[in-house]
Amino acid sequence: MGNFLPAAPAEREAQYAALGLSGPADLYRDVPEAVRLDGPLDLPAPKSELEVRRSMEALAGQNVRFSTILRGAGAYDHYIPAAVSRIAAKEEFVTAYTPYQAEISQGVLQSIFEFQTMICELTGLDAANASVYDGASAAAEAVAMCRDRKRTKAVVSGAAHPDVIATIQTYCFGSGMEVVLAPAREGRTDLTGLLDDGVACVYVQQPNFYGLLEDGAALADQAHAAGAKLIAGVNPATLGVLEAPGAWGADIAVGEGQPLGLPLSWGGPYLGFMAASQPLMRKLPGRIVGQTADAQGRRAFVLTMQAREQHIRREKASSNVCSNEALCALTASVYLSLMGPAGLMQVGEQCYAKAHYLADELCKLQGVKLRYPGPFFHEFVTDLPDPTDVLAGLEAKGILGGFPLKGGLLWCVTEKQTREELDRTVAIVKEVLGIWN
Amino acid sequence: MELIFERSRPGRGSQILPPPDVPAAPIPAEHARKRAPRLPEIGESDLSRHYQALARRAFGVCDGFYPLGSCTMKYNPKLGEEMAALPGFTGIHPLQPAHTVKGCQLAMAQTEYALSRITGMDRFTLQPAAGAHGEFTGLLLIKAWHRSRGDEGRTVILVPDSAHGTNPASAAMAGFTVKNIPSTAEGLVDLEALRAACGPDTAGLMLTNPNTVGLFERDILEITKIVHDAGGLVYYDGANLNAIMGVARPGDMGFDVCHLNLHKTFATPHGGGGPGSGPVGCKEFLAPFLPGSALGGNGGEQSIGQVRAFHANFLVVVRALAYLMTLGNSGPAEAARGAVLNANYLKKKLEEAGYRSAFPGLCMHEFVLTLEGLKKEAGVSALDVAKAMLDAGIHPPTMYFPLIVHEALMFEPTETEAPETLDRAAEVLSEILRRAHEDPESLHAAPVSTVIGRPDETAAARHPVVRYVFPEG
Amino acid sequence: MNIPEELRYARTHEWLKEEGGVFTVGLTDFAQHSLGDIVFVNLPQEGDPVTAGEAFGDVESVKAVSDVVSPVTGVVKAVNESLLDDPAQVNADPYGAWLIQVEEVTDTDELLDAAGYEALCAGEEA
Repeated sequence: MGNFLPAAPAEREAQYAALGLSGPADLYRDVPEAVRLDGPLDLPAPKSELEVRRSMEALAGQNVRFSTILRGAGAYDHYIPAAVSRIAAKEEFVTAYTPYQAEISQGVLQSIFEFQTMICELTGLDAANASVYDGASAAAEAVAMCRDRKRTKAVVSGAAHPDVIATIQTYCFGSGMEVVLAPAREGRTDLTGLLDDGVACVYVQQPNFYGLLEDGAALADQAHAAGAKLIAGVNPATLGVLEAPGAWGADIAVGEGQPLGLPLSWGGPYLGFMAASQPLMRKLPGRIVGQTADAQGRRAFVLTMQAREQHIRREKASSNVCSNEALCALTASVYLSLMGPAGLMQVGEQCYAKAHYLADELCKLQGVKLRYPGPFFHEFVTDLPDPTDVLAGLEAKGILGGFPLKGGLLWCVTEKQTREELDRTVAIVKEVLGIWN
Repeated sequence: MELIFERSRPGRGSQILPPPDVPAAPIPAEHARKRAPRLPEIGESDLSRHYQALARRAFGVCDGFYPLGSCTMKYNPKLGEEMAALPGFTGIHPLQPAHTVKGCQLAMAQTEYALSRITGMDRFTLQPAAGAHGEFTGLLLIKAWHRSRGDEGRTVILVPDSAHGTNPASAAMAGFTVKNIPSTAEGLVDLEALRAACGPDTAGLMLTNPNTVGLFERDILEITKIVHDAGGLVYYDGANLNAIMGVARPGDMGFDVCHLNLHKTFATPHGGGGPGSGPVGCKEFLAPFLPGSALGGNGGEQSIGQVRAFHANFLVVVRALAYLMTLGNSGPAEAARGAVLNANYLKKKLEEAGYRSAFPGLCMHEFVLTLEGLKKEAGVSALDVAKAMLDAGIHPPTMYFPLIVHEALMFEPTETEAPETLDRAAEVLSEILRRAHEDPESLHAAPVSTVIGRPDETAAARHPVVRYVFPEG
Repeated sequence: MNIPEELRYARTHEWLKEEGGVFTVGLTDFAQHSLGDIVFVNLPQEGDPVTAGEAFGDVESVKAVSDVVSPVTGVVKAVNESLLDDPAQVNADPYGAWLIQVEEVTDTDELLDAAGYEALCAGEEA
């Protein structure tokens, strides 16, 4: 019990004997006595599978699962088709290592090549990598891509996700790049007076943290006029209906791939994707799969442009990333293939329509109003008198309400919620705000 | 085989969603997409077969022996997969109120506790998503600590010349310059060179122990003392923890900060390249600089900040916790001993078969062969031998690493392999060695039984094709 | 091994040619041979300063990367952009496929003549 050793004790004795060793202590002759442990660790005794299952299920049981989730803010409750989770659970994908041995890894390599292609299609850009850890680290890696000898500043939209801003700041604490926060005016990015010839890049999020649609083309024009690159942080679930960032001027597009078939999972593992225009392709960090052929002319896929990477370039590599989120990328590919262009468009349209329905209905209540003017996608901020009470009232009915922002709530609606759920939500909010309505 | 785009036919697809039940709302024209993304249009049955065909062209731990040095490709217990699929974990939003996520927080706390007992560290963060991410995080702790003391001149990270490439790359990302420390002929850190390299600019030393040639640095207490005396900190790269977990602890060796790879040592699957998880542990004095942990909120005033969104690669943590519970207090040492036993057993078999170890004597959980002699005698390289292993259904060892060994093949069998698997691998390699002398050409041509032969990597890198190009029209 | 008489050579295997104050820098035949198939060349931009004895770029093969060291201190006048699309030129024609041209040169490393460089290569091969 408790170690997954396949060999029986007697077989292990035979192995020791074959080595001329008397037992385990002989294996560790080089470990100084002073640091050798002389007994078991200060941990509970080993458990059988059934006991572990009970313990883990008890932990899961201590969490509250909401039947309706109207909260996004970087993690989105979309419908996950059955085929997606089943296919992504195939053991050959789950237990494979990084596909360094191309001849026996064509399946993983091809799946990544297909993923890269889908990300290029969604973003309207020329090249994508095999993924990085999550959307926030993808944004931070993209900022590092833009640095050059003369340009060492990053201007980051204050209307971006706070975790993304924080992650960019942490990476820049490491690299020594300066981060300038562009203020949000009426919820949207304002670059006025911030761009000069020391700025390497501008990071903007579309839709932004408040759910608002930014004038991406205008921001890209401003960045380019100053000689800076434009990095777009995008939500891929919107890209069936929203203009591709490459089409409105982004040089690099990054984002969180979680909405593409990955469960909420308390925040991870998620999927950072990165795409870039042709001139920046070789600056992309991490693994990239390329197409080639074998000696017989058969199509083959390999990890390519590896001389960019840490295992070859070492301290001169632009990034240290090696492990990525390949299985999550595969999951996203299956999701995108199953939904197809029509399905992804439906997701976008329904998210948009349902969010606007909820916003309209909520704003019919006295004391509830949209905080920011102008177009939004599937998230919006309402000001309302008692956010805490509203959330408590909703929680009592199994509904996770909007994410609390000072004096208001950031709501999110996806294709998954029904009109009935939205109506019930509005009714509960109305009840909580009783004295106002 | 076909790409999924080549299987696509206009108008095909699945109806997954019901029709909208709210009034239609048009996307504002100035934001609306002009041209639909060319995603595949394919029925679910063909989709399912496409991915089954891809799965057949992949090679996992489920398919065969995977002695990939430095990667700890041990068996991934199925229980972990089932636990990570519990709706009570998968259905939880990362920004739910604290009182609704007690189970997640407890799972994190229990994992942090178990890892701290195993490593001898005081505190952990589970934020980092992979080993390299952990290295970056740990190095930022070192940077922030020196800065907090006004010790701004400590800008150099020392790295042995045998180190993984991530070590110097992470150090550079964290804003340090890298100084390489040579290894001795025995494959250990050169203490004199280390002393000479240490000085007022030393921020720290990064070290794996056992090191990348599979040897325990027996002077480890002296090594950490040299660096501490110079005012630096010592970073433990946990890539090789599997050799010593439950036997000895980095925290007792003088290491100040470490990262672990849950996807190596703690049996969570690699997923074809990820997701992983790279928790970072540290001694108490570095705790104020940690990123916010699930229980500790967003970190204190001195925190280095976040290295990702939200809390952790949580489902990977769940799998690792199931494994940690299974191991309990005695399992870690049993696993480590099994790993070291298997490595030495395979090493001896291969030496008997005529292969040459780069370093003689007992190894830890992995060992390195050098095929330099074979290359000179028979013109057969480490790559040729590795490719011939593919034809026998064995995943090759790590090739050409560490850089200090020529024509290196690095084997890490792990503890979850039975003796007969090791015996068979030794037979396969013995046969390959025979062919190397009698019929070297056949090895240059290997592999011959795989779906493709050796791909043209030069062409791939010279003229990169990194996405499918749709036919015009 | 092709080592043209009219060029001068750095110990780090770059060749140098001067014409009217403009210094052209490339990789030697010996260098391209030991690097193997070159798949990409990272070059500076026009106007960038280069320093004698310091790397100004690098060349990538499939599994390796090597610095290219400037034999002179000066300012980059031109870069051979055609190498970005066709790095194989460095393998095929190392003395034709120059990397950069440098002007405003203020310092030059100690360089070898063809005979001296040939001796250096012979030593490294042994």
